[in-house]
Amino acid sequence: MARPAHRRPGQSRKAQYSLFAAYVVAMTGAVAGLLLAVLSVADPVGFAQLRVASQEITAPIARGTRSVIGSISGIDDTVGAYVSAGSQNRRLRRELADTRRQLVATSSLQEENRQLKALLKLQETTKEAVANGYLLTSTSTSSKRIALLSIGRNVGVVAGQPVRGADGLIGRVLSSGPSVSQVLLLTDIDNIVPVRRARDGLPALAYGRGNGDLDIRTLNIANNPFKPGDILVTSGTGGLYPPNIPVAIVARRQDDGALARPLADPGKVDAVSVLRPYTPDNIEAQPLPAAAAPPASVGTRAP
Amino acid sequence: MNQKGPRLGEPASLWRMRIVPIATVMVGSALPLMLPLIANSPVVPPLGLLFFLCWQLLRTEMWPVWIGLPLGLWDDLFSGSPIGTAVGLWTIASIAIHYISQRIYWRGFFHDWAIGALLLGLVQATAALITHPEAHTGRVLGLVAPQIIISALLVPLFLRLTGKFDNFRLKRR
Repeated sequence: MARPAHRRPGQSRKAQYSLFAAYVVAMTGAVAGLLLAVLSVADPVGFAQLRVASQEITAPIARGTRSVIGSISGIDDTVGAYVSAGSQNRRLRRELADTRRQLVATSSLQEENRQLKALLKLQETTKEAVANGYLLTSTSTSSKRIALLSIGRNVGVVAGQPVRGADGLIGRVLSSGPSVSQVLLLTDIDNIVPVRRARDGLPALAYGRGNGDLDIRTLNIANNPFKPGDILVTSGTGGLYPPNIPVAIVARRQDDGALARPLADPGKVDAVSVLRPYTPDNIEAQPLPAAAAPPASVGTRAP
Repeated sequence: MNQKGPRLGEPASLWRMRIVPIATVMVGSALPLMLPLIANSPVVPPLGLLFFLCWQLLRTEMWPVWIGLPLGLWDDLFSGSPIGTAVGLWTIASIAIHYISQRIYWRGFFHDWAIGALLLGLVQATAALITHPEAHTGRVLGLVAPQIIISALLVPLFLRLTGKFDNFRLKRR
């Protein structure tokens, strides 16, 4: 049982004033804080440096715990997997069968594609990555999905660069510090990625839901063209994300589009590559693969 | 008070009395970013906020009412929500606790639990709504609802933990 508070300061004027002042400071500070919050929602870049600086402090500890424990991949996922094990098993079997069939079809297409490319003497333009790193940790108590990347300005990571794993898109760099940087994950509510369906190039937008899934919405609302199993890749529209990075697989249809799961799970991905932002300048800068000299940065090749 | 026999004139060190509560809140706020945990949804209970509320429920007079300003700023740096959210909301929560402690003179265990859970839910829900002003309100609340339920159930545990820390804080030499 909590002891009752003795908030009555008695006759002492000094005690009365200091109590009053404490309340004035608290109220003013609370209002100022909320105004600041609204401001920093409107201008997220302004305070990002402050935050990334504070995370430089905890990053060494995160590196240490990661090397000791390894990465704990999404505990919510693990719990969810137990709850829905039966239905998940059925669904996975079905998906596996579908995927096998598709794989056969795709492998023949790939061969055909290779031959056609050889005929055209067309080379695949390899996307140079700025750098490779790994995800240290992420925010887990707030509704914002921000992960901490183990590399920062020391290897040329700056805000706005897309980040991908081996399986697909992870997100984009929000701000970078001297040795760590923050990545806004694909599934954050504020992250919108222009995508297209890999099969036929149907354009759509992927909205994060904040709980690990994505909402896919087409520009054409009249009919809902999505089917479970559709693969979505980045379209490159609007710049930033380079085209043809795998993004998500449609899990089920919804009234206004589809629900999709990201192909790359940030909790399970081992290493990630920070890519150059895809801009029109970038496209013009590499008209011929032979003419484009490899940039003399510390960058390593993307997987 | 002390079963082993009080040693007069030797209270706990002033530094320990002041630092222990603040340190628990600060470590609680920063801990999720020290663990190699990559969460796809807000599942981890807000440890800093839990300790903050529990300390105030246990020792309402220990801190001045503006203590939420610095501790909230520290939490904002790590939680990912826009800077200023916890500064404002934590301070309002501590004003609420001070107000309630004058209304309900002798608070019991269930009072503390109810107050803690209510304030925690309000703070987390409002913080989520401030973070995503353009998103659908119901969806944002649905996103933080599991976390609020888990945290509300954890309040008694954290009250006990805070009590343990309080014993350590006031332990005589």
